[in-house]
Amino acid sequence: MRNCPNKLIAWIDERFPLLKVWNEHLAQYYAPKNFNVWYLFGSLALLVLVNQILTGIWLTMNYKPDARLAFDSVEAIMRDVNFGWLIRYMHSTGASMFFVVIYLHMFRGLLYGSYKKPRELVWILGMSLFLALIAEAFMGYLLPWGQMSYWGANVIISLFSAIPGIGEGLATWIRGDFVVSDVTLNRFFALHVIAIPLLLVVLVFLHIVALHKVGSNNPDGIEIKQHKDTNGIPLDGIPFHPYYTVKDLFGACVFLTVCAWIVFYAPEMGGLFLEPPNFIPADPLKTPEHIKPVWYFTPFFSILRAIPNKLGGVVAMFAAIFVLFFLPWLDRCPVRSIRYRGRSYKIALSLFALSFVSLGYLGSIPPTPIAARFAVVFTLIYFGFFLLMPIYTRLETTCPLPERVVWPPTPFLQRTGWHWDQARTTIAYFQTKPYCQKIATSWQQLQEAMRENKLLRKFL
Amino acid sequence: MHETDIDLDKRRFLTQTAAVLGTAGVAFAAVPFISYLKPNAGTLEAASPIEVDIAKLEPGQMIRVEWRSQPIWLLKRTEQMLATLEKLEPLLRDPHSDDSIQPENCKNRYRSIKPEIFVAVGICTHLGCSPSYRPEVAPPDLGKRWLGGFFCPCHGSRFDLAGRVYKKVPAPTNLVVPPYRYLTDTRLVIGEEQEEA
Repeated sequence: MRNCPNKLIAWIDERFPLLKVWNEHLAQYYAPKNFNVWYLFGSLALLVLVNQILTGIWLTMNYKPDARLAFDSVEAIMRDVNFGWLIRYMHSTGASMFFVVIYLHMFRGLLYGSYKKPRELVWILGMSLFLALIAEAFMGYLLPWGQMSYWGANVIISLFSAIPGIGEGLATWIRGDFVVSDVTLNRFFALHVIAIPLLLVVLVFLHIVALHKVGSNNPDGIEIKQHKDTNGIPLDGIPFHPYYTVKDLFGACVFLTVCAWIVFYAPEMGGLFLEPPNFIPADPLKTPEHIKPVWYFTPFFSILRAIPNKLGGVVAMFAAIFVLFFLPWLDRCPVRSIRYRGRSYKIALSLFALSFVSLGYLGSIPPTPIAARFAVVFTLIYFGFFLLMPIYTRLETTCPLPERVVWPPTPFLQRTGWHWDQARTTIAYFQTKPYCQKIATSWQQLQEAMRENKLLRKFL
Repeated sequence: MHETDIDLDKRRFLTQTAAVLGTAGVAFAAVPFISYLKPNAGTLEAASPIEVDIAKLEPGQMIRVEWRSQPIWLLKRTEQMLATLEKLEPLLRDPHSDDSIQPENCKNRYRSIKPEIFVAVGICTHLGCSPSYRPEVAPPDLGKRWLGGFFCPCHGSRFDLAGRVYKKVPAPTNLVVPPYRYLTDTRLVIGEEQEEA
């Protein structure tokens, strides 16, 4: 692109900073060369957003935002519209995969301290994106107008009525009615297809602009900008295009394979992605036996249930999300990456991950007394991770940081540490299984076939 | 005109008044957008009072009608059912309905105008699920101390047969009793208070 002789591009460039933008954000945006698999999820999230917008536009062409017609129009999309089932399953699977990708993307931030100075705003914009995504998913879930759509929305909106004084009026204002009704469905449709998607796109833009201002963090958590060559290019940086566009493209292929498997073979994911009660039309006079939100909200739902006081539960649930905004200031440790941090943070982060997954599980099962007690314990761990952070991160004994990023990466078999031992044991176990050996043999055959092909060889 | 000729005070005054008036203007312009989202005339009309005939209601039977798109329960309680209400009072969070919503003439042990007829909004005061009517005594899933009442399957809140909430459950207050009045002995109007006799 640098020596592009194309007259059209030159013509455009005189009127619009095309090359400048291309270079600043792709061809001459230098990212650390040691990105690992955790660094795929940002671009995958963008891919899912595109999928949601595209399939969403197609779905609106046949969906009817009317309480009497909504359920049937969704069923008509599934049965009568050409490939309607595919577009709808792509949209519903996309919603769940969005949260899979975003949770992993956020966990990457926790692993490598990507929220720390100077990337606080990248983190805050990202958290705002997460909030907008929650609103988008929640409103979208009402649209099929099934039992779980209806009652789930009912439960969540009445959370606002717990606010003393204005609560009841606020809940009525959100619904536009005294209960969830056609009015609510209509406005949620408007917000789901126009307002929040616009907000998401703007926030994604700001998130990327902020990131490209400060530069990407990396698994070693050190600044690559501290060592530059004579041209001012970071020695440990490589241009985003073509290096990371190709890497992300490969990641996208693997990701899309997984998504395709879900869409074609398990679109309901055993009731996780599409819940069974949602195949019954909404009935305001009959509550389903067990109301639970979709899996990606269950950790926060669990926290809500863990506290036996309505206002307290609501406050705790919102606090569980908002506390993340303050992460850059709660963490007092100067070292970013988990690779060089002390044992206390490693233990705290493991406990946090365990409690998040456990809360997610507990939120999806009926509230038995034992489950409730466990939920309280995990809620305490969840908040303890954040609220005790200023103390345990200050006392942390960290390892010395490397001057430059560690390159080449340590081979898998030579990595030290308990979790790498576990990973090797697990893989060794699977390697003894006949079906895994079969996959390995076909992989080798494929590689040999590719080596013989000279055309492909050029690309490899 | 030179730099020194610029009246900076005047410029500052104009900038600040413009900012203040502009903000006020935006606030006024926001009113219709916020107000637009409130319940509209059609919704309010649909929320007007309804009439219910309870002539065919058997003792122990409960019927559900819809008012303001909410389930309204009408339960005819038997003598045995009414007798449980006093026994359960030590287990209740708000036995005298001091913190709960009901018309003034229903603020009694039975939470009703006539003791046997119980009218309530069938929505849990926790998070808006509709509890199930469980009149049986000591069923296996609710335990030996259960004397009949309402059980919310969502988060496990329990209420007695007057819709009064138990202690140690998520729901904060008793079930809401809507305003209602008797037209005749067997006809009720839901959504209007009994006028003073």
